[in-house]
Amino acid sequence: MKEKLDSAIFYTLNIRTFASFFEQIYSMITEFAKRFAISTLIILGGVNLVAAQTESHGEVDDHTHDTLDAGHNSLDDGEHGDFVAKDFIIPHIADANEIHFFGDHHNGFSLPLPMIFYVEGKGFDLFMSSEFHGSHATLTATGPNTGTVYVKHPDTGITSKGGESFYDISITKSVFGMMFIMTLLVIMLRSMAKSYSKRPGQAPKGLTNVLEPLVLFVRNDIAVPIIGKHKADKFLPFLLTTFFFIVASNLLGLIPFIGGFNITGTIGVTVVLAFAVFFISTVNGNRTYWGHLFWPPGVPNLVKLLVVPIEVFGMFLKPTVLMIRLTANMTAGHIIILSFVSLVFIFNQNYGEVAGYGMGVFSTLFMIFMYFLELLVAFLQAYVFTLLAAIYFADATQEAHH
Amino acid sequence: MELLTILFEITTGHGLAALGAGVAAIGAGIGVGLIGKAALESMARQPESSDDLRANMILAAALVEGVALFGIIICLLVVLG
Repeated sequence: MKEKLDSAIFYTLNIRTFASFFEQIYSMITEFAKRFAISTLIILGGVNLVAAQTESHGEVDDHTHDTLDAGHNSLDDGEHGDFVAKDFIIPHIADANEIHFFGDHHNGFSLPLPMIFYVEGKGFDLFMSSEFHGSHATLTATGPNTGTVYVKHPDTGITSKGGESFYDISITKSVFGMMFIMTLLVIMLRSMAKSYSKRPGQAPKGLTNVLEPLVLFVRNDIAVPIIGKHKADKFLPFLLTTFFFIVASNLLGLIPFIGGFNITGTIGVTVVLAFAVFFISTVNGNRTYWGHLFWPPGVPNLVKLLVVPIEVFGMFLKPTVLMIRLTANMTAGHIIILSFVSLVFIFNQNYGEVAGYGMGVFSTLFMIFMYFLELLVAFLQAYVFTLLAAIYFADATQEAHH
Repeated sequence: MELLTILFEITTGHGLAALGAGVAAIGAGIGVGLIGKAALESMARQPESSDDLRANMILAAALVEGVALFGIIICLLVVLG
């Protein structure tokens, strides 16, 4: 009897602690969901700005086009006989104007994406990338609004025939992927936040079960131990947003046959992420942070001459390294997997069919291994990015201790 | 003769970039290896602090890896640029 009573008391106690526990998480998650939308908008806006920076000048005259065409044709002829790993790998990791599923350009299957151009003084052009057509490598399309003729060439990118300068703000593969991820994350995390109000005090169910450990991981293993219990909540929305965004885009890049998204491997995306980290840590920098930067305490004056420039340089270097680490890691992962694919063709071409088949078995095994490693890296890089961002925020809001 | 051909190809083509990637990998390998060794030894001495050590190990490994990736990015730029 007593045991039963005990267990009943224990049970109610447990329920109560659980309820308060979930209340805490619930308020945290609703807050996160609110700020999440704003942060994603900022990130997306920034990414589009960076995309817009790649302004194209249509100053390539027809003569250069002809020579470039000739050069590419000879390259094309070579491709039929020779397998060039570079020409196979680079288009896969680069950004594109369509989502490529399978096959080559002429008899493959790919999903066109909208092209948006702004021609100075003339206005906007909006058409699908399937409008581009032509023979050989050079493809042309006419803008429906401004009448500008756009020329697309693998070597020069997109230029205009008449020499007008324009801004390319097309929805490319990466931008499309990011929009997809953001919609997915908003839906998933909103439904997760709602489930806490719908089922108060109960164990999580379904999707919440998957996401809650990740949210708690970012909070309890990254934000709180590094930034401190009181200040962590201020930075948590950003840390959670970047963590989920990076994890989701890394995982999207690992799904085969859907175009090989390389979102976090695109430098424009990580530039914005790193700039956000830099901006937040600079804005939140307190007296101690700037003091340590420009007048480090306990350092002899002469040494300060040496230390201060290094420290100031380091302030800009930190986000740069953050940016390069993520880009290089994700791009390297894609290149390794694609290199194993290329090895099959290289062996087939250079050492005969038997070697090709043998290499096929070998590479498939290695590719599976690399895929599992990349799954780990997808989470690891998101963890490292969030961890380092948290460390920089903790640096900026440090308390004087000496 | 084979060796000479290989050396010739290295010096004329983008082989030096590939060599550079290899050297970067050596540096990162040594660095990450040392971190792993130190972390394992510390974990064996004090198993109760494994969690802290693991987080710091990953952080240090990421920093070392970042330097190696700089090298690899430069090699990529040489090959592609």
